[in-house]
Amino acid sequence: MKIQGRRRLSLKGREALSGYLFTLPFVIGFILMFLYPFLQSILFSLSELKITAEGYELIWVGLGNYHNALFVNAEYPRLLFETGVAMFRDVPLILIFSFFAAILLNQKFKGRLIARVIFFLPVIMGADIILRMESADYMSFFLDAGLVEETAAQTVFNRSQIVGLLMYLKLPEGLLTYIVQGSERISEIIRSSGIQILIFLAGLQSIPSSLYEVAKIEGATGWESFWMVTLPLLSPLIVTNIVYSIIDFFTAPSNELVNFIQDNTFGGAGYGVSMAMSWLYFVLVGIFLLLTAGLISRKVVYMD
Amino acid sequence: MFRRKRIAEILWTVIRTLIIVGICFVILRPLLTKIVSSFMMERDLYDQTVKWIPRTFTLDNYRAMIVHMKYWEALRNSFIFSFSIATLQLISCTLVGYGLARFKFRGSTLIFGLAIFTLIVPPQIINLPLYLNFRFFTIWGLLPEPGIDLLGSYWPFILMAISGTGFNNGLFIYIMRQFFKGSPKSLEEAAYIDGANPLQTFIRIMVPGAVPAFVIVFLFAFVWQWNDYFFTGMYMRGGVLLSHTLDVAASNYAYALGRQFTGQYISLLNNTGMILFILPLLILYALMQRYFIESIERTGLVG
Repeated sequence: MKIQGRRRLSLKGREALSGYLFTLPFVIGFILMFLYPFLQSILFSLSELKITAEGYELIWVGLGNYHNALFVNAEYPRLLFETGVAMFRDVPLILIFSFFAAILLNQKFKGRLIARVIFFLPVIMGADIILRMESADYMSFFLDAGLVEETAAQTVFNRSQIVGLLMYLKLPEGLLTYIVQGSERISEIIRSSGIQILIFLAGLQSIPSSLYEVAKIEGATGWESFWMVTLPLLSPLIVTNIVYSIIDFFTAPSNELVNFIQDNTFGGAGYGVSMAMSWLYFVLVGIFLLLTAGLISRKVVYMD
Repeated sequence: MFRRKRIAEILWTVIRTLIIVGICFVILRPLLTKIVSSFMMERDLYDQTVKWIPRTFTLDNYRAMIVHMKYWEALRNSFIFSFSIATLQLISCTLVGYGLARFKFRGSTLIFGLAIFTLIVPPQIINLPLYLNFRFFTIWGLLPEPGIDLLGSYWPFILMAISGTGFNNGLFIYIMRQFFKGSPKSLEEAAYIDGANPLQTFIRIMVPGAVPAFVIVFLFAFVWQWNDYFFTGMYMRGGVLLSHTLDVAASNYAYALGRQFTGQYISLLNNTGMILFILPLLILYALMQRYFIESIERTGLVG
């Protein structure tokens, strides 16, 4: 009977049924453990929340929490602004760095495997507990105090390397200064670039080598084939990486604003206000994402 | 002409080597400082002549931290917990990713969009409501109020893992979907002609070929669960997991000795603890790195 019942479905219907069955766990989970709390949080941000032993109750306060977050709280507007500015500064640097790192790691050289293993280490070591402990760490100051000379020497070293590379690539001067300034924050940038390098590297490896051969036969230099082949074919991944970097930046446990909101949820300004803060923050992130993705995806080339 | 090209090539090799070595140094430096300092005696900290190399090597810091991090118990718990959650996430995200990649049905684009959406929303937004749902767990209204208190158990994590809504699971769904989209259909079609149903086909034909993608997803899931402090802190307060025992070990030690530690000494102990915390991950990474890096080449993470 069962088999007959199945046979009655058309091929298309069977395919759709399989699709629904495979994705069912996620759909249920999404509704119950994402959408439901997501909608609740809107309600929470508009209410005063009281937790008792038997449950919780909500008292409607309208936009009071939002007003509180933006105009009463002393810290929040400043942190919101600073986080936005820091994102504009860091995300392009992360993107540029991970792009060049991926190109480097894609070339053939001795010790490439080791270099790759080390480049992806930050993905493993970037635990929030470690970042949290390090930010309150005296040891780094202590050791750095002894290493001032070496550190200075090393910064210069890094700088000259990067400038050298950029001169070699003949980049415009304004961009050059920006990147040179960025090199001072290099260790932070490197630490948050692991996944992005990975995505670019996977993309570079998916470009068929025949395209480069054709370009070579047509007489293109390495520089030209970078602009005409590599960059356009990687452009969808640039969007992916921008989106990923923005999200990663906004949700990172080392992000000051994230910690501020978290501290306020359990103590401090209270549940309702912290929910309002989260929502304002989320709206800001959303606007950033839409703007950047919208602007850049116009230039994207899809190979299909 | 030929010589100029040759010189440029050599120059590039030199520059490239410098850049790569420099970046590797920047990445490894924090780890190196931790390792070096973890072998120092407390008095080395106040000795101006000691910079990098400790005067006397000692394992005292490790002995103390192993006791006060409840290391072996926490290690076992963290391992079992991370391993189970990563496995559950791998299974659920693989199923969902495969479903999205292979079957055409109404709403598949929407479901994929929702998976990406879960990545974009900061966890702070849904945390408090989710926390309350697990605190007063009524299976969304099926049980009478106040429901069961699931906090302090593994259940919140298990529920989220089996439904592919755990931490960064949207990314895993994305990776698996991209992987299956890129793999050839002919084998599955052959299996269908032989009369296998979609689940059989998936398990027998697709799973063995998907190992590279599994390696990446599993490694990420495991590492993120191991490192997690934020979510386990909310839903499992007081659980003996490494990320939590590490946090309080130094102050527990000071309390046990009944004395105050200086800032330097606390961070010395913390550095030792961090080495103990990262070490299992480094071993796992060392064991899996070859597969991991090959996998990157073969998964075509790419749209």
